[in-house]
Amino acid sequence: MNHRYLKDVTTLSLSANQCVGCGLCAEVCPHGVFTVNDRNAKITDKDLCMECGACAKNCPANAISVDAGVGCAYAFIMGWLTGSEPSCDCSGGSSDACCS
Amino acid sequence: MSIGDIIGGWKARWGIGRMDYKVKPGLYAVGKPDGDSPVLVSANYKLTFDILRKNLTSLDCWLLILDTKGINVWCAAGKGTFGTDELVNRIEATRLADVVSHRKLILPQLGASGVSAHEVAKRMGFTVTYGPVRAEDIKAFVDAGYKATKEMRTVEFTFKDRIVLTPMELVPAVQMALPVLGALFLTNQFAARPFDKKDVTAYLGAVLTGAVVTPALLPHIPGKAFAWKGWLLGLGWTAGYLGLSKRFKKEDRLMSVGELLLMPAVSSFLAMNFTGSSTYTSPSGVKKEMKRALPLIIGSAAVGGALMLGVHLFFRRKAK
Repeated sequence: MNHRYLKDVTTLSLSANQCVGCGLCAEVCPHGVFTVNDRNAKITDKDLCMECGACAKNCPANAISVDAGVGCAYAFIMGWLTGSEPSCDCSGGSSDACCS
Repeated sequence: MSIGDIIGGWKARWGIGRMDYKVKPGLYAVGKPDGDSPVLVSANYKLTFDILRKNLTSLDCWLLILDTKGINVWCAAGKGTFGTDELVNRIEATRLADVVSHRKLILPQLGASGVSAHEVAKRMGFTVTYGPVRAEDIKAFVDAGYKATKEMRTVEFTFKDRIVLTPMELVPAVQMALPVLGALFLTNQFAARPFDKKDVTAYLGAVLTGAVVTPALLPHIPGKAFAWKGWLLGLGWTAGYLGLSKRFKKEDRLMSVGELLLMPAVSSFLAMNFTGSSTYTSPSGVKKEMKRALPLIIGSAAVGGALMLGVHLFFRRKAK
């Protein structure tokens, strides 16, 4: 069963003219968002992006930008309550199950 | 793996001492590796380590374990503890360059959100190859000449994947409910309309619906937002249970309206929190979902809770 989340929300963008076609984005993406043909990367299905940031981090040409972070409601709530950046912080035995 | 490892894994799933479930960072030998054997990099969460050991029985290799503070690869990569700096430091600390003659590292693909392959190459001269997402595919990946198929590269979120995460949703939800139940036990001594077993069942059912049933049925529930999915099932549960318990009669009606407002909101909130455990929700999406859902959840729960409390304290049930 294929999971799909909200449409048109991801901050992912690819600047095609900077792409060197190494293919690492397609390799690291956990949801198969990229394809690389003729040494040029393309975004196939943007709505599958979960903004983990792996592609941008491993792009040697800096051709990818994404506002990476954790898609975790609990992290946002804790971030708002404590006035800090939302983080997947599991220490202190909190209810955060993302670290299973 | 011993019985102790299995019990330890079970405890970690239920949140018992899971923050101390670590192995020591460093270089480990699996089988009988030599200078040409592959080097696999992983996290020092013991569940991760054990899954890896279980899947590497027929491979001679080195395991470079990073200090991720006892947290799994993906989560640690998101936090940056499974990251370029830690990898570089660990390569130096273990003097890996003296142990192996090649300069290749195999990292789990999900570590990629914390590690920059080209930066590791620049700083240490080691080339990073990203292996499959799941440890069970490592053998096939190595046999195929360090090539992963599209399936090996894709994260899934199967029924089993979701179910093993639900204890960690349920435990804190029940913990949070305990003081409320305790307080209501006290007010029950003098309240006009004491809460009974059916009220408690309705509540626990709503918790179970949000924390376990919604995650279990996730892709089969209509809609996309987690909060919506949880609310929908929570409403189904509450309306169904109240109906079966014949709680829509006149003397119970006001209380039931309160329950219909509160219970689905509880399920919705817990389901929304499951975004953190899911493998496909983006922060932008979660933020959008929360901005819409959270005011509704809070409003609905506040009105419903106030109504229930009012009836509980002041409205005596008429004798039949």
